Amino acid sequence: MTPATLYGLCAAALVAIGLFGLILHPSPLRKVISFNLVGSGTFLFFGVAARRGAVAGFLGDPVPQAMVITGIVVAFAATALAVALLLRMLESGAPTVDGPPEQPDDLSP
Amino acid sequence: MMPYATTPGGWMLVLALMLPVVGMLGIFALGLRHAERIAHATLLAGLAVALAIAVEVGRSGQAVTYLIGGWRPPLGIALQADGLSAVLMVMTSVILCSVGVFARGSFSSPPDGAEVRRPFVFWTLLLGLWSALNTVWLAQDLFSLFVALELLTFSAVPLVCLDGSRDTLRAALRYLLFALAGSVFYLMGTGLIYGAYGTMDIASLHQVARADWATSVALGLMIVGLMAKAALFPLHLWLPPAHAGAPAAASAVLSALVVKAPFILILRLWFDVAPQPLPAAAGAMLAGLGAASILFCSIMALRQARLKLMIAYSTVAQVGYLFLVFPLVMGSAAEMPWDSVGWTGGVLQLVSHAFAKAAMFLAAGLIAEALGHDRIADLGGAAKGVPVTVAAFALAGLSLMGLPPAGGFISKLMLLTAAVETANWWIAATILAGGILAATYVFRVVGSALAQPRAGLVMKAVPLNRELAVLTLALIAVALGFLPLQPLDYLGIGRGGMP
Amino acid sequence: MSLAVDLVMVLLILTAAVWTILARDRRDAVIAFIVLGLLLSLVWMRLLAVDVALTEAAVGGGATGLVLLRACARLLPVEADGALPGLRLQVAVGVLCAVVGACLAAVILSPPEPAPSLAPAVAAHMEDVGLKNPVTVVLLAYRALDTLLEKVVLVLGLIGVWALAPDLFWGGRPASLRAAVPSGTLTFLARVLPPIGVLIGIYLVWNGADHPGGTFQGGTVLAAMWLLVMMADLGDPPETRALRLRRLVAVGPALFIAVGLAGFGMADGFLSYPPGYAKPIIVAVEVALALSIAVILGLMVAGPAAKEPDQ
Repeated sequence: MTPATLYGLCAAALVAIGLFGLILHPSPLRKVISFNLVGSGTFLFFGVAARRGAVAGFLGDPVPQAMVITGIVVAFAATALAVALLLRMLESGAPTVDGPPEQPDDLSP
Repeated sequence: MMPYATTPGGWMLVLALMLPVVGMLGIFALGLRHAERIAHATLLAGLAVALAIAVEVGRSGQAVTYLIGGWRPPLGIALQADGLSAVLMVMTSVILCSVGVFARGSFSSPPDGAEVRRPFVFWTLLLGLWSALNTVWLAQDLFSLFVALELLTFSAVPLVCLDGSRDTLRAALRYLLFALAGSVFYLMGTGLIYGAYGTMDIASLHQVARADWATSVALGLMIVGLMAKAALFPLHLWLPPAHAGAPAAASAVLSALVVKAPFILILRLWFDVAPQPLPAAAGAMLAGLGAASILFCSIMALRQARLKLMIAYSTVAQVGYLFLVFPLVMGSAAEMPWDSVGWTGGVLQLVSHAFAKAAMFLAAGLIAEALGHDRIADLGGAAKGVPVTVAAFALAGLSLMGLPPAGGFISKLMLLTAAVETANWWIAATILAGGILAATYVFRVVGSALAQPRAGLVMKAVPLNRELAVLTLALIAVALGFLPLQPLDYLGIGRGGMP
Repeated sequence: MSLAVDLVMVLLILTAAVWTILARDRRDAVIAFIVLGLLLSLVWMRLLAVDVALTEAAVGGGATGLVLLRACARLLPVEADGALPGLRLQVAVGVLCAVVGACLAAVILSPPEPAPSLAPAVAAHMEDVGLKNPVTVVLLAYRALDTLLEKVVLVLGLIGVWALAPDLFWGGRPASLRAAVPSGTLTFLARVLPPIGVLIGIYLVWNGADHPGGTFQGGTVLAAMWLLVMMADLGDPPETRALRLRRLVAVGPALFIAVGLAGFGMADGFLSYPPGYAKPIIVAVEVALALSIAVILGLMVAGPAAKEPDQ
């Protein structure tokens, strides 16, 4: 087994673990962290493609590497926005009252 | 497929992407004092660019193409406007311009020149959203489309909680989490696609896509992610509170335009990327979820007490119709997908719903401003106070019901014809049932608005130009009903090489 | 032997990941996530993707970790994490996730032969651009549109964060980043490190043209130095209405677009560079972008305005 394949399997496991938290965690902050796990696994798939595509004297295919750099930055921005939103929501009033009853605080995707 | 080359007029595609970004940065760096002027100038210029591109597509009879930096895909990124994208671009700019006129009333800057939050956020994000939509309509690269989807999310989510109330914040957070989950699934699929084919370019993939395990998993992940973004049943829960909680001008844009972007991407993955022919069961499954959206959310719309929530549920139902096209096009005898009645019917449904729904949300906003609330049961007197608005609402309603003369009538009739042609009787039955349900929820509102006002009701006047902006959108939705009942050749322009 | 190292890495990563999800305390979860970020940047080194490793360490683990840690501190008095739902649901969702993971693993285990790659195409045109770091060439030339749009994503993200300020506070300063416990060490570091950090940041940007490094890595180091100063209470976050600040945010993307549009007159069109001048132009764009990124990242960590603007 090559290191690329090994890390590819690791990526698959990361996605599965993150997805579990994303669906099940009731707290929005934990959902955001779980989303980042899924994201890290996803980026690793690009890394596997990059490593496997190491030809023409390069150590890896630079195109997927560039895409991951873009992706990491976008994921950071998403995290910052989500955290700002959830802080504002939780600080904007008592956590359990108000809000129509047909919309429970459940944020499951 | 012809190799890509920049065509005459291709530079206009760059303008379509960059104009809104420049406007957004201008407002950001210069402060609010110039916001409306910059936004309106950008909207007008963008409308002109969209129309010019549409004319060029029609005149040349081929797609308008631009290679960014002159780099040919798969190394570089191509932008391309075919007939379908040109229609979507014009639709987007007309709706955004009307919303721009409407929003002057609610998001104008204060006379003392101080910067305030709501107009600043609204105008910058509206322009950001526009560049995102144009990128979705034009980009030919799966990864650029990912960035475009993120642009869309980042512009759309803060619009939902512009009010800052706890309910809208919660709705925005839920929307953001669904959207991010959708994006990460889409991105995962593109990663697997790159691993399998070494390219993100749609036209290249079209030639090399194999019917193997990796491709199926990749496309499956991408389509599920996009389904969450398009609010297809059962992943629709985020949409009603988000679209109902936003200010009317933002709701109109979210419901009319933003949910259409993931659908168009699914359409492109299905017919332009996936190895053909796809299994019929896969198409039937998407249509089944679409049918569930139509029936379930139409009934939910009927049960709402608040006008904006009702309209938001109706959005999920109407987007459900779009997903009926997959089996209708796949089962059609037409040589190319876009030669089929189902394809044209689906695109017309998308366009006429966009105009009708934008009109409805804006109308609901004006009615709420006039009456001070949007409880459906207490709308009495609205027809006296804001007659133009109520008329616009009713006209837009025709389109949702699928009654003549309206764009929604033509589109639903075409979908019905295609369902009968391909012997998909359950789809035909769903279309009819959805029409009856839509008629019930629209008439409920119109009936209530026509009722006598409560004694002592004081209504606020709304400016006529805002009412006229709403009426324009509704009239366009109706005018689409005068299109001929046959596949439109324009929608097939530039897709010639794609078997 | 070498594969054994990788195997240990994978085990550590999966442990950190499971801990991130299962930890009862959210602070533990965040710390596990930061550890995971560091491990992942080592993985990117093992995959010989140094540029990505630097970005992951700076942005993925570093900046993201800081945002999450701040959230923990502020959430403390407000709300506790709920527990995971009942066991039956956990098993059902666990099975679903395992199926997704298995599908992905199956794809990884059956790679196409030979593996497709754009590396030869990248190599073939490197001469035209004149830079030696292939990742920078992809980001700033072949796929410059993505890079440009992603800067726009950052600006919109900042507007989205700012939009969460209460109306009254619009234009004011974000909440102070002062660490809860004033620490002599932090103050000392905040006085000593920034000059060095700024140099490292500039070096990373400059160096990125030909060696690993680039705008993001450099910009993040600059942002980290700024945040350090703010955390040590040597400087408050700036007022968000300040036009000078706004222009710093906009200068990178604006210059990038201007250079792109200038390509219509001076080169082969949008985002193409005149032959022979590609390198100086790209380096100039990268410097402006790094500056904007530093300011944007710092401001996104600082959050929306939390005080009324000064009179």
